[in-house]
Order: sequence, then C-alpha cells, then structure tokens
Amino acid sequence: MGVEAEVTPRRLTVGRTRSDKVFRGVMSLGGFTSLVVLGLIAAFLLFRGFEIFRDFGLSFITSSMWDAGSGDATAPARFGVAPMLVGTIVTSLIALVVAVPFAVGVALFFEYYVPPFMKNVFVSMLDLMAAVPSVVYGIWGYSVLMPHAVGWSKSLNHWFGWFPLFRVPAPIFERSPFIAGLLLALMILPITTSVAREVYSQAPRDQIDATYGLGATKWGAIRTVVLPFGKGGLVGGAMLGLGRALGETIAVYLVLNLVFKVNLQVLASAGGNVASLIATRFGEASPYELKALMAAGLVLFMLTLVVNMVASTIVARSRRSS
Amino acid sequence: MTDTVIDQTTINVAPEGGLETKAVHAWFGDHHALADVSLHFPRNSVTGLIGPSGCGKSTFLRLLNRMHEFIPKSAMAGEVLFNGDDIYAPGVNPTDVRRRIGMVFQKPNPFPSMSIAENVLAGLKLARVKVEDKNVLLEESLTRAGLWKEVRDRLKAPGASLSGGQQQRLCIARALAMKPEVLLLDEPCSALDPISTIRVEETIVELAETMTIVMVTHNMQQATRVSRHCAFFLSNGGPGRLVEADLTEKIFGNPRDSRTADYVQGRFG
Amino acid sequence: MNDMIPAFEVPPHAEPRRPWRQTGRTVLLNGGVVVVSGSLGALIVATTGLVGLLGWFVATILVLPPIAGAVEAKRGVRAVTSRIVGASVLMMFVSVALPWVSIIWTVISRGAKAFYNGFLTTDMLVNSADDPLNLGGASHAIIGTLLIVVMASLLAVPLGIVTAIYIVEVRGRAARYVRFFTQAMSGVPSIVAGLFIYATVVVAVTHKFNAVAGALALSILMLPTVARTAEEVLKVVSDDLRSASYALGATQLSTTWRVVIPTVRSGLITSAVLGVARVAGETAPLLLTSQYFVKFTTNVIDGPMASLPTYVFANLGVGSENSVARAWAGSTVLLALIFILFITARLIGGRNKKVR
Repeated sequence: MGVEAEVTPRRLTVGRTRSDKVFRGVMSLGGFTSLVVLGLIAAFLLFRGFEIFRDFGLSFITSSMWDAGSGDATAPARFGVAPMLVGTIVTSLIALVVAVPFAVGVALFFEYYVPPFMKNVFVSMLDLMAAVPSVVYGIWGYSVLMPHAVGWSKSLNHWFGWFPLFRVPAPIFERSPFIAGLLLALMILPITTSVAREVYSQAPRDQIDATYGLGATKWGAIRTVVLPFGKGGLVGGAMLGLGRALGETIAVYLVLNLVFKVNLQVLASAGGNVASLIATRFGEASPYELKALMAAGLVLFMLTLVVNMVASTIVARSRRSS
Repeated sequence: MTDTVIDQTTINVAPEGGLETKAVHAWFGDHHALADVSLHFPRNSVTGLIGPSGCGKSTFLRLLNRMHEFIPKSAMAGEVLFNGDDIYAPGVNPTDVRRRIGMVFQKPNPFPSMSIAENVLAGLKLARVKVEDKNVLLEESLTRAGLWKEVRDRLKAPGASLSGGQQQRLCIARALAMKPEVLLLDEPCSALDPISTIRVEETIVELAETMTIVMVTHNMQQATRVSRHCAFFLSNGGPGRLVEADLTEKIFGNPRDSRTADYVQGRFG
Repeated sequence: MNDMIPAFEVPPHAEPRRPWRQTGRTVLLNGGVVVVSGSLGALIVATTGLVGLLGWFVATILVLPPIAGAVEAKRGVRAVTSRIVGASVLMMFVSVALPWVSIIWTVISRGAKAFYNGFLTTDMLVNSADDPLNLGGASHAIIGTLLIVVMASLLAVPLGIVTAIYIVEVRGRAARYVRFFTQAMSGVPSIVAGLFIYATVVVAVTHKFNAVAGALALSILMLPTVARTAEEVLKVVSDDLRSASYALGATQLSTTWRVVIPTVRSGLITSAVLGVARVAGETAPLLLTSQYFVKFTTNVIDGPMASLPTYVFANLGVGSENSVARAWAGSTVLLALIFILFITARLIGGRNKKVR
C-alpha cells in the first residue's frame, strides 16, 4: 500500500517510587548474601590452603603421608590426602550401590502398591527419617549396626574372599569402609527415595492406561512406562544422595577407623574420610597443619559442590520435562 | 495356559466377539454414575455410544474391559458377558480380558521410548505372546490400521515422530496386533484434525468387517458415518441410563423415544 | 423389541460391589504365604549360619517373594513375575523400616536408663561422665542447643526469607545466579562450614570457642534450607494476586509486605522451622566452634557451650557404661526435639504443603 512509516519501539521502564527502590535494594543486598558467603568460604579456604598447594603441588592429592612434622626443619611436614579422598569416595559409592535399588523399590512401593490412605503416613515416616541427626545415626551405627555388620563382613570374607575387594590383611572387621558405607546408605536413602518417588508419581497416566489396555500386568506397565520415564530423576536423586554421603562427618567418624594408607579392601578395619580427618586432627593442629586441613576442606568442598550442582540440574530438568 | 500363540490364518473368519451387558451399574465412591444398562453388541458392526457429556458413556466403555476398577473407590454391579462368560466372575484374570478386548484412547499415546515397529508389537512383549513371524504381524496390523504405506520406510523412527492422526492409527495398529475380538474406542478422533479424522473413520469402518467395535462419540455426524448401530445414553441429574438402542438410521431417522429425538435433532447436548 | 436389548428379568435393586478387590480368600492366601515364608525362614536359620531374630527376618524376607509368586503359578509366567515384583518391593520397604524402627526403639530403650527426675534440670559440672546415673544431667546441653539454634535462626531466617523475596518478588537480573548459588550453598559439608568459622572467628577474632561462633556455623547451613523452602512457598502465590494489588496503585513494598507475605505466612514459618530442624542435630560444625562444656551457662561469647549433639558425642567418647547411657539419653532428648519441630512444621504448614 502506501509508504510505511518507520516504527521505532519505545523502551518502557518501570517507574518506581523511592520506597520501592530502597526496598529492592535492601532485598538485593540480602539476596546476595549466599553468593557472598559461598564466595568467602571458597576464597578463604583457597587463600589459606594455597600455601599447602604451593608447597606440595599435586602430591597433596596423590600422596598418602600425613605427618605434621616437628615444626622445625629437622622433620618436615608432609601432607597428602589420597587415602582420605579415596576413602570418602569408596564409602560413598558403597552407600550408593546399596541405597539406590532400595530407593527404587520403596519409591515404586509408595507410588504404585500402597493404598492411598496409607501413603501419607509412610511418606511422613520417610521425611522423619531424613530428619534424624547424624550423631544419632552414628551412635546407633556403632552400637547396634556394627555388631551385626561385623558378622556379615565375616561371611562375605569367608564366601567371597577370592574377590580382591573382600580380602582382609587381618581378621578384624570392626569400623570398616563397608560398615560406614552401610550406615551412609541408610542415611541417604530418604532423600534418594523422595526424589525417585516424586518422579515416579509423574509418569504419564495415559501411557500406563495404554499398557493396561493391551493386557499388561502391573510389573509390565511399570517396566514399560514408569521406569524409563523416571531414569533421569533417579540419577538426580542418586547424585543428591551421593552429595550428602560425601560430606557426612560424625556418623562416619564413629564407625570408621582412619588409617593413612589407601585401602580398597572394604571389609578391613582401615579407611579414610576427609571430613573425619578434619574433625580428628583440628584440635591439636599446628598452624601449618591447620592450613593443610583447610586445603583438604577445600578439596572436599569442591567435590561435593560439583556433585550437588550436577544433581540439581538433572533433577530440575526432569521436573521441567514432566 | 496364558502364553498363547496367535493363529495368523484366522483374520478373515468372523471371530467370536460376543459381548453383552446385563443390568450393569457403575459407582465412583458414593456417586452413582451409571444405572441398569443392558445392551447386546451386534457382531461385525460398529456400535456407537452417543449422548451428552457426563452421562456415563466412557465409564460404561471402561467397564467392558475392566479398566473401570483402576479408579480408586470405584464399584460396579451387574454382568458383562464376553462369549457367554461374566468377565467379573471371581477367578477371572483381568489381564486376559484386556488382551482379548482391546482399547484405543482419546488422546493418542504411543510409547515415546519405542520406535514405530516396537510400538505396534509392544502388546506382544507385554503379554509374552509368541508369534511365528513378527514382520508379517507388523505389516498386517499397520495395514489394517491404514498406516502401512505411510510408515513402511521408517519403521525404526520413534513412535512420537508421527503426526496426531498417524499416532492414533499407530495406537490402533498396536491394539490390533493383539488380535482382539472386540475393539473399544473412546472418542478416538476428538483430538485429531478433520483430515486425520476421516482417515481414522475409514479405518474403523473397514475393521468392523472382522471385529465387534464399540465407539464412544460426541459427534453425531461421526456416528451416522461410522456406526451401523447406536446406543443413546442420558442422565437426568442422576445416574446415566440407556434410553434407546437400535440401527443408526432408526435412531436418527425415526427414534422411538422423544428424548432421543430431542438429542439427535440438536435440541440439547 | 430389537436384538440390541437382551430380554431378561431386571433385578429390582443393585448393590455396588468390587469384584476385583481382594476377597477374604485372597487375604487368607496372603496370610498363608507369610506363615509359610516364616517357617521356611526358621528352617533356614536352624540349618545355616544365619543367627537370631535378625537372621530369621532376613531369611523370611528373602523367601517370601518367590513363594508369593508360586501362588500365581496357574495364571502364567507374567502373573508370577508381577506378583514376585510386588512382594519384593514390599519386602524392600520392610527392610528399610526395620533399621528405622530399631533406631527409635534403641534410642528410647537405652536412653531411658539414664532418665531420672533431675536429668533435664542438672548439668554435669560436679559429676564426671561415669558417675552413677542418678547424678548429673543434660540441662546445660539443652539450654545450649536452644541458645545456639535461636541465634542461628535470628541470622538465617530473615536472610533466607529476604533471599527468597529477592528471587521471587524482586526478580532482579541476578536472581538466577542467586538461586543457583543458594542451591550450591546447600552442598557445603557441615565440617567445612565449621572449619571456616573456626579459622575466621575462633582463631582470628575471639581466640576461644564460643556459642556465637557455633551459631554462625549453623546459620551457614540453615540459610539455603530456609531460602529454598521460602522460595517454593512464595512461588505458590499466583501473579494475579500481585497484579490486583499493583492495579490498585500499591508499591512493590506494600504488595509484598501486605499481600504476598500474609498469604503464605504459615508457609514461611514452616520454612523457618524446617531450617531449625535441619541444624538442631548438627554435630561437626559445633565441635569446631562451640565445642563442649560441662557447666550450665548462658554466656554466649566467652567460652565453649554444651549442646545436645556435642553432649552425646562427648559422653560417647568417654566410653564407660554410664557415660554411654547418658549419650543415649541425650540422643533421646535430641530426637524428641527434632520430632516436635517436625510435627510443628507439618501442623503449621499443613494446608500449604503439597503432598504429591
């Protein structure tokens, strides 16, 4: 038609009152606290631990010697967290391997097998289990679980001792990574089950109906629709549990015997855990050793940070796609 | 014995498929949704279930293949006779019933994690049914559903990659692969565009030559196009009831009941 | 009439029934399965190395699913498999419930030994940990936990709610990052939070352990929980409500303070209570900051202070029979506190909580 006039978009700004500007400013300030605190923690640990990394380099992570030395040049300090780091990962993996199948089973049980009126009761029980403090898990783990678990370790060693991980240098089974892993499994079960349950409850009802319409059994419907649908959420939940297991201190402290040697024989009474290391040694630590503990804390922090962030992304993505 | 072998030669012979209800009721908790429906479904015909929304047509359909019981606090009364036997008798295995009475739902729901071919044969995997030649059954089911020509070259593509109408025909093929004697369709075209609707309707009419088909529909024109018999349901604020059932041309041309006449002439619903 | 309406006698009155439900017969059958499994379990205990009540439980749990499946044998492989799966998930639930019940049971039964009239009102100043159980108590630990947790809440709850308001209401450009970092902060291991406060406050500032340091460490752990729960609660408020307020000419401050927050007040309280429940039982950060002290004190800045978790830990460390009993009793009090907090949160937030 005719010549079209140039249309320039006019930017609209939100006109705010003075009080609102103040309000938003104050809220922003408060909102940034987490950023600030997190940054402070990381920066502080890095700053203090920097000396350690400078002095020892990569061997801090790979060496197994932890010796505070005598404070002067005659016996230099050597710090290496390898056994502790490996131990943290080993116990957490044991916890994961034990907890995930149970999380799947219990989540399916809650969502597909329990009558609705009982479901609320059981879900509340699950939440309560997540609220039990670590020290209570620890004291129970030491007094009640360990005697039984020692027996299981003996049997495992007896029947499956040919498997390298199940061999032991001496028939002492108390306070082993295996027992710590079992206790951790119990502690991470509530959160992993919660996430799995949430994802399984959102499986598309119409596809489940379709499988029933084809004459499937309940297991057939679950196996065809629910489990594939819930894969992502389950992985996210498992990683959240892993994050919790990695950072657990006091429960592991009570059921694990810290030994400064990388140990993969999970039934033996020797293991490592970075958090327990810090808890054990901070009291008598010299300033230099304290810096080493902070470097160790930084390593642990980075590890749990990465795991938790990946987990949150996976869980958020599986929530969005439903 | 529930592990069956599907006989692939019986396709053109009129199968059993005798379906009849006697004084059937349905409840959701205390809500009486359907009352006293006695209906015999003629073989090799499409019977349309028509009536305004909320009068229990879909509920009735789900009673026919024991899907109603999945709703918590549901209850029923009466008998549903399939080849003379009540499917609600104690000891009857509902999964067997659902294998022999197939269902296609309103919204197409192919399994997204499976390819087209896997979708068609999904029922066999779920039911652990052995088939001599899967490919023959695959082609046959897709052909009967009117989809073979369109997908023969991409059987490995994901089931969800088809258009809405194609997805629904895929769901029909999936149901047909079980060689059901009766096929229940719950408003199968209401989520589809007009062109896909016509294709699906053509498929349904062809299938009726070899099966008994029951179809719930809101669309009166569709009922006249597709069904040879019709059953009109109505609820007066109370439970839905069967008002009249007869040949479609009688229901629409010369209905016996004035309420039927009001409905088919568009005075309500 | 016509061949579509079958001709037969219509029964006068229809009773609703549920023919698909478990009949008395199937309940009996299930009971039989349990009995058979239990007996088989006992047999296994008698003949193999499994011992005791626990051994019997384990044996029974393992044999029950196959037996339950066998009952369905005449319905075919699929029915058997489905039944085995169903029985297995039930057994998994039982296996998970067992340790949980054991924890509650052990805490109560072993802790009961140390309870006497004065347990909640005496401290351990004049007694040593392995004195007889009618002396001393946990009053110092109880007040310590209360003081430290209240201080932590005074810091973390307002900050957490403000963070949530920033994310949901203010929606600044950095809101996405703030949310991300708040999530990340919930991954800080409790020992690292303790170590941080130890190195900054205890060592550098106060040169001694104190309760304020403990509160600071706990607030680091509490903040993300409060912020995340408060954020979810604020998100529930639909934007229509806010629009209505703005349309009346209200400022954002007014809208948030007078419209949004009152709507979800109970949810915000819940988020605070949940945050408290999370940190009330934390031991590791307190070990490094407020430590343990046997005297009942309310001095929060000068010197260590007992708390329930460190009380348990310290008494467990002594290792004698009496001190361990005290540790169990401390656990009982701690567990009771956490449960009360939890039930309070549920009651307050009952209407707002989405139980999916």
